[in-house]
Amino acid sequence: MSEFREAFEFIFRNGEVPGYPGLPSLAHLTLETLKVGAIGVAIAIVLAAPLGIWLGHIHRGSFFTINIGNVGRALPSLAVLAIGDAFFGLGLGVVEVALVILAFAPIVTNCYLGIVEVDPELVDAARGMGMGEWEILRRVELPLAVPLIFAGIRTASLFVISTATIASLAGFSGTLGDVIANETSYHFSGVLGAAICVAALALAVEGVLALVQRALTPRGVKLERAARKMDLAESLAV
Amino acid sequence: MTGQLAAAGPVIPDFSQHSSSCAVHNHLFCADWVKANWGPVLWPALRQHVVLTAIAIAIGFAIAMALALFAHRHSWAVQPTLLVTTFLYTIPSLALFELLVAPVGANIYAAEIALVSYTLLILFRNILTGLASVPQEVLDAAEGMGMSRRQALIRVELPLALPSIIAGLRIAVVTIIALATIVYTIYNRGLGVPIHNALGEGPFKTELIVAGGMAILLALLADAALVGLQRVLTPWSRAREAS
Repeated sequence: MSEFREAFEFIFRNGEVPGYPGLPSLAHLTLETLKVGAIGVAIAIVLAAPLGIWLGHIHRGSFFTINIGNVGRALPSLAVLAIGDAFFGLGLGVVEVALVILAFAPIVTNCYLGIVEVDPELVDAARGMGMGEWEILRRVELPLAVPLIFAGIRTASLFVISTATIASLAGFSGTLGDVIANETSYHFSGVLGAAICVAALALAVEGVLALVQRALTPRGVKLERAARKMDLAESLAV
Repeated sequence: MTGQLAAAGPVIPDFSQHSSSCAVHNHLFCADWVKANWGPVLWPALRQHVVLTAIAIAIGFAIAMALALFAHRHSWAVQPTLLVTTFLYTIPSLALFELLVAPVGANIYAAEIALVSYTLLILFRNILTGLASVPQEVLDAAEGMGMSRRQALIRVELPLALPSIIAGLRIAVVTIIALATIVYTIYNRGLGVPIHNALGEGPFKTELIVAGGMAILLALLADAALVGLQRVLTPWSRAREAS
C-alpha cells in the first residue's frame, strides 16, 4: 500500500516534510514522548507503590484499592486533559498531573493484589523463623509479588504513552502526538508514520519492562507460574 | 480524517450557538449554555458514544467468548491468543486509529475494529480464568449426573464463571467508553466531538467540563449497572456470603 510506503519514507527522513523547514525531528519527538511519560510513571510509582504495598501487607483496604482501579480506568484521558485545560490551562504540569492520575490506579491495585495474594502460610513461616515485619515484606512478600507489581507498572506505562500522545489533541505540544494532530502540515503519510513510531515506542517499552521483570522475578516464582499458566489475580489486574 | 487541531477558524462552532453573556465571557460553567445545547449538541454525542461502545462490546464479547471456549478445550491455543491480544492491547489508541485508516478508511469500520481489538485481551483472559476456576469435583459431579460436555458447559461451567466474566465486562466497558472519546479523530461521532469543538481557541470551558464529565459519568454508571447485573445473575454468591 502506497500510504504505508510513504509513511516509512517519512520515518526514514526523520520527520522532514518537503516545503516545511524547521519542524522537529521524529527522533526528538519520540524521546520527548518517552521523557514526558517516564516522569509521569515515576511520580505515580513513588506515590502509589508504597500505598498499595503497605495496604497489601496489613491486608486492609481491598474495597478502596480494587475500586480505585475501576475508577481510574473509567477516566477518559482526553476528558481528564480537557477538564484540566478548562481549570488551569494546558502546560507540562497539567499533563503530568493527568498522567499521574491515570497511572496511579493500575499501580496501586496491582501492588495491593500482588502482596495480598502471597500465601499466608509463607508469611507465617517467615514470622516463625523470627523475621520482623520489614524483613517479611522485603524478603518474602515483595519478591513473590514482582510479577503483579510489574503488570501494574506495564499497564501504567501503556496508559501514559497513549495519553502523552493524546495530549497533543488537547493542544499540548512536544510529543509524537503533535504530528498525528497536525495533518495539515504533515499530510496523512506523516500522521501514519508518527502512528507507527508511537506503536513501536509502546511495544519497545513493554518489551524492556518485560525483560526487567524477568530479571527481577525469583526463579521459584517463574517455575510455579509456568506450571499454573493462568492466574485469577492477574485477570482482575489489567 | 480530521486529525488536525481545532484552531482552524476564529469561531468555535458550539460556542456561537445560543451564546449568553456567560458563554461569551467564557465563565467556568454556564448552565444556560448546557440547557440550550443539550438537544442539538450534547445528547446526540452521548447517544453516538453509547452506540459506539455497545457495538464494540457486543462484537468483542462474541469473539472473545469463541476464542476462550476453544482455548478452554485446546490449551495449546491459550498462549498464542494471549500473545496476539496483548499485542493489540499494547498499541496506543490514537496510533491504532490512524493505522487502520490506511487500509480501512476513516469510517465506522476503522473505529469499531480498533475498539473491538482493545476488548479482546480483557474479555478473553477473564472468560478463560472463570472457566478454569471451576473445581474438578463439580465437573465430576456434573458428569456423574449424566450431563454431556455441552450440558456441563452451559449449565455448570458458564454460570460458575459468571463473576469472572462480568468482572471482565466491567473493565472492557469502562475502557471502551474512555477510548471512544478518541474516535472523533477519524470518525466524527461520540463525546469526543464536543470536547474537540471546545478545545482550540479559548478553550470553551463549559463544554469541556460538561462533555468530559459526561464521558466519566457514563463510564461510572455503566460500571455500576454491571455490578447490579452480576448480583442479579449470581444470587448464589450472595447466599454464600451471607451464610
